[in-house]
Amino acid sequence: MRRVKRKNKIDIPAKYILLFLTGICFVLMIGSFAFNWTLGPVSTAASYIVIPMQRGMTEAGNWIYDKTVELATLKDVMQDNEELKNQVNELTEELNRLKLERYDTEDLRKLLDLDSTYANYNKISANVIGKDAGNWFDTFLIDVGSKQGISVGMNVISGNGLVGIITEVGPNYSKVRAIIDDMSSVSGMVLSTSDNCIVKGDLQTMDDRQMIRFSNLKDSTDSVAVGDQVVTSYISSEYVQGLLIGYISELQINANNLTKSGYITPVVDFEHIKHVLVITDIKSVTGDLTEE
Amino acid sequence: MRRKIVVFLMILICFVLQTTLFQSISVLTVAPNLLIIVTASFGFMRGKKEGMYIGLLCGALVDIFYGQILGGYALLYMYIGYLNGFFRKQFFPEDFKLPMALIAGSDFLYNCVIYFFLFLFRNRLNFGYYLSHVILPELVYTLLMMIILYFIILKVNRHLEEIEKRSEAKFV
Repeated sequence: MRRVKRKNKIDIPAKYILLFLTGICFVLMIGSFAFNWTLGPVSTAASYIVIPMQRGMTEAGNWIYDKTVELATLKDVMQDNEELKNQVNELTEELNRLKLERYDTEDLRKLLDLDSTYANYNKISANVIGKDAGNWFDTFLIDVGSKQGISVGMNVISGNGLVGIITEVGPNYSKVRAIIDDMSSVSGMVLSTSDNCIVKGDLQTMDDRQMIRFSNLKDSTDSVAVGDQVVTSYISSEYVQGLLIGYISELQINANNLTKSGYITPVVDFEHIKHVLVITDIKSVTGDLTEE
Repeated sequence: MRRKIVVFLMILICFVLQTTLFQSISVLTVAPNLLIIVTASFGFMRGKKEGMYIGLLCGALVDIFYGQILGGYALLYMYIGYLNGFFRKQFFPEDFKLPMALIAGSDFLYNCVIYFFLFLFRNRLNFGYYLSHVILPELVYTLLMMIILYFIILKVNRHLEEIEKRSEAKFV
């Protein structure tokens, strides 16, 4: 219990404190913008309080969501189960056939020396624990951090699609910027023709039609078509090669008659993303290349 | 001291709720802004200084975990708290219209500033779209949440003020 202190301190008017704090904020803004400052110990301390709370809350939220969905869909699931069982039988058969084919491809690949290009990446699984506090950006937090060996620049995937990139790392959390974020920009490549393009996140098209924009596609032979797969490009300095971004859903020729642009439907369902995989291999590029 | 702890806990809970539960039950992919409600409410209930400090704390939390630039949101929330402090003399706990107007205004201002600095400057000129798809839905949802949260804040504040008054009376 603390007693009330007598007021013998000098009372500084609010506007001076405001000015002082504004100054501090501006210094921080300039510092973080120009020199990448972080509030090291403060954010560490904050993360130890907030992250466990977020994790618990998300788990509780997920549990409630799962239970309601479970009840609502039990009937459908039982029906599906029957159908799926039949499908499993069919697919096992097909799988056996494909296995045989795979041995063939592997042999061929060795011949072509492509082994190193398509090597399997090392991955760490993580849970999404919180999403951006506002409605303008698509960033979220995951529950692994520097303790688990995560560092800035690692790519994040879900299933087989690209989710985003790690932009900030704390001891027990990291911040991921999704590829649909308005500030995101990924160097992509159309798989069928190996033509490069730039894929940019866009709040408006994502909200409206669940699509993101791509531009600067040079396709002189007119061979790119709607439905083609777009993956991360080999020239990207931030993303490892060959991660699936999505499928082209609209394609148009730009006014300059040289390049094409359009829209991509991402393969990842960003609304209901719960679990992700972090690729711990970072694309290392010699020299000072930056995207954008 | 008691007030500081209670308010700090309240901000923490709102922040966690806003980034987890309310994001997963978002309507039209838009979630309410609870921190604005807290900042604005304490601004017009307790004055410029407290609104300012509470805004700073709310903004700092957002900055640390989700900010684009350190200090940006802190500055924005701080000014919103401060500006709401000007209405302390007009505020009466029984009147619901003024708090509602102030919180609506704060949320609108907040999102307009974000649009201006983070979207307009990157050549996203279609303000009408963002107004109808982000700013106004958030405003409506925030006002709905305010009906619950505001009365909790009002009660907690009244309780704290009573305790403070009692211990002061004991001392004098």
